[in-house]
Amino acid sequence: MATPDRPRPSFDKLGLVIGIVAAAAAGAPFATFRANRIVPGEGRAIWEALPAGWATALLLVVAGAALVAMLRSPAPARLAAALAALATLALLIGTAAHHLTPPDNAYARVAPASGFWLLGFAFALLAADALTRLQLSATARIAALAAVAAAIWLLLALGAWDGLSLLKEYANRADRFWAEGARHLALALGSLAAAIVAGIPLGILCHRVSGLRDAVLNLLNMIQTIPSIALFGLLIAPLGWIAANLPGASVIGIRGIGAAPAALALFLYSLLPMVANTVVGLAQVPAAANDAARGMGMTARQRLTRIELPLALPVILAGIRIVLVQNIGLATIAALIGGGGFGVFVFQGLGQTAMDLVLLGAVPTVALAFAAAILLDAAVELTAAPGSRV
Amino acid sequence: MRALPTLARLAALALLAAFLMRPDWFEPVFRPLTENGAPAIYNQGSLLGLTLAHLGLVALATAGATALAVALAILVTRPFGAEFLPLSRALVNIGQTFPPVAVLALAVPAVGFGATPTLIALFLYGLLPIFENTLTGLTTLSPAVVEAAKGTGMTATQRLARVELPLAAPVILAGIRLSVVIGLATATIGSTVAAKTVGEVIIAGLLSNNLAFVLQGGLIVAVLAVLIYDGFTALGRVAGRWSGGTS
Repeated sequence: MATPDRPRPSFDKLGLVIGIVAAAAAGAPFATFRANRIVPGEGRAIWEALPAGWATALLLVVAGAALVAMLRSPAPARLAAALAALATLALLIGTAAHHLTPPDNAYARVAPASGFWLLGFAFALLAADALTRLQLSATARIAALAAVAAAIWLLLALGAWDGLSLLKEYANRADRFWAEGARHLALALGSLAAAIVAGIPLGILCHRVSGLRDAVLNLLNMIQTIPSIALFGLLIAPLGWIAANLPGASVIGIRGIGAAPAALALFLYSLLPMVANTVVGLAQVPAAANDAARGMGMTARQRLTRIELPLALPVILAGIRIVLVQNIGLATIAALIGGGGFGVFVFQGLGQTAMDLVLLGAVPTVALAFAAAILLDAAVELTAAPGSRV
Repeated sequence: MRALPTLARLAALALLAAFLMRPDWFEPVFRPLTENGAPAIYNQGSLLGLTLAHLGLVALATAGATALAVALAILVTRPFGAEFLPLSRALVNIGQTFPPVAVLALAVPAVGFGATPTLIALFLYGLLPIFENTLTGLTTLSPAVVEAAKGTGMTATQRLARVELPLAAPVILAGIRLSVVIGLATATIGSTVAAKTVGEVIIAGLLSNNLAFVLQGGLIVAVLAVLIYDGFTALGRVAGRWSGGTS
């Protein structure tokens, strides 16, 4: 969108919002201290939670970044300021945990509090705004995602956050965490793979046979209205019956409860976006492209694999993006029927009112969904023909 | 061709109403799904009460989400808020990647258990489709119509209220419809954080291995979703005819 050519005020409206939020957040509790993992916490402001030198440094960085945000500064400067503030926040919340935990106390828990989250939100907003203004290319966005992931990995590897309650929950169940993480990914990706294998041919069929299209899409739409916890539960019965009555079924892991009904439910939810996007993608292939291919003497099969599917690819990939992000989120529900995944920690944590445990399940789920969305959005853009934005 | 679906919908509505008022009439239908003499009909609370609470939560959250999302979309399409437009688009995209369970679970530490975290999750989740659709509706208006309205001497507020919003109404309604349907399903998950919704029936079924509970809970929500979706579609057609007539 072109900015209109007229005298502009010297301050930035979004920057003002960020400045106000940051000022309010600087006085709010930065970290919460709890004597053990269940009791309610007490807030600690920045100057209580950090050694004096670090507290001053943090306040200076926050003030500086807020100033850059409030002035009409160029986008790269705004991005740099936002990243500097976020990096300082990330480092110092770990320092606060070490500073607040009494020596040799394994029960005390320190967690980020509202002030930290508000500051993080304000500068993440600034970073998002700067990134939209910069209009990064698809490859640059993937590189940025990789850089952020590497930075987080580095902080974790260096133990900068080891004093935080979330990492203490993790340390108590590290093996379980990776096992459930692998299960979560297997559920999300496995059902996606099955939906691609079944959904694209079904989409092609629906594109060719128009009478079939409405019936299939209506049926798949109906499935979407069944709430996820009910669908997961309902599939227990048929799969239990198959396991009991079909020789060999239980040997390959088909059981009434557990991962099998979860994977099947995710697969059923995934079919609609896959089939619908394949149909839309094929429908928008220009007739001229098809006619030209026919004129060159291509058979129907050749046209499909060399002309129609490549041209429909960006739309099909957009369907894959919807499915993957949705599956990563829905796979948390699998824990309710013994299917495993990160939801195990979420529901255990809710049951014990141990919010750190909830976060141990919820944070990686959100991070995975977010990363999947960025990667597949970039893939959609890269496959779209130059000049034709999808 | 149109008569049959209407009849099917009325039948579904009648069945749903009968089931909520007199669940015991349907006992024989669900009996084969139970084992060891477990109850076939949810007996730890009134199905009607849970359904009304469920609908109330969704209605409240959607009303709030509609008010805020439409206001925000109007703001970023006016000259004053134009600089927020790209950012708000990006935020909507990011927001949609947050899984409902995560939103629900993350709201609990802030507000505690019960209906409030569910309301927050439904509200936040409902904002996105309505905002996106209102934005689409307001930014894809035919420039000729807007110019014509300017030519008749309407003020910006008059143009918004009498031309732009009525023309965008069908698209906005489609956004509200999507948000209600998502909300109906998400509200079931709310019972994992102790909100009173139909999800309670499903969770009780999962915990006691009672398939009859899971099925009746799932059916209530699914039938509600289909009926409400249809209702909004009909409303959208009326709005479309109306705005089509005025333009």
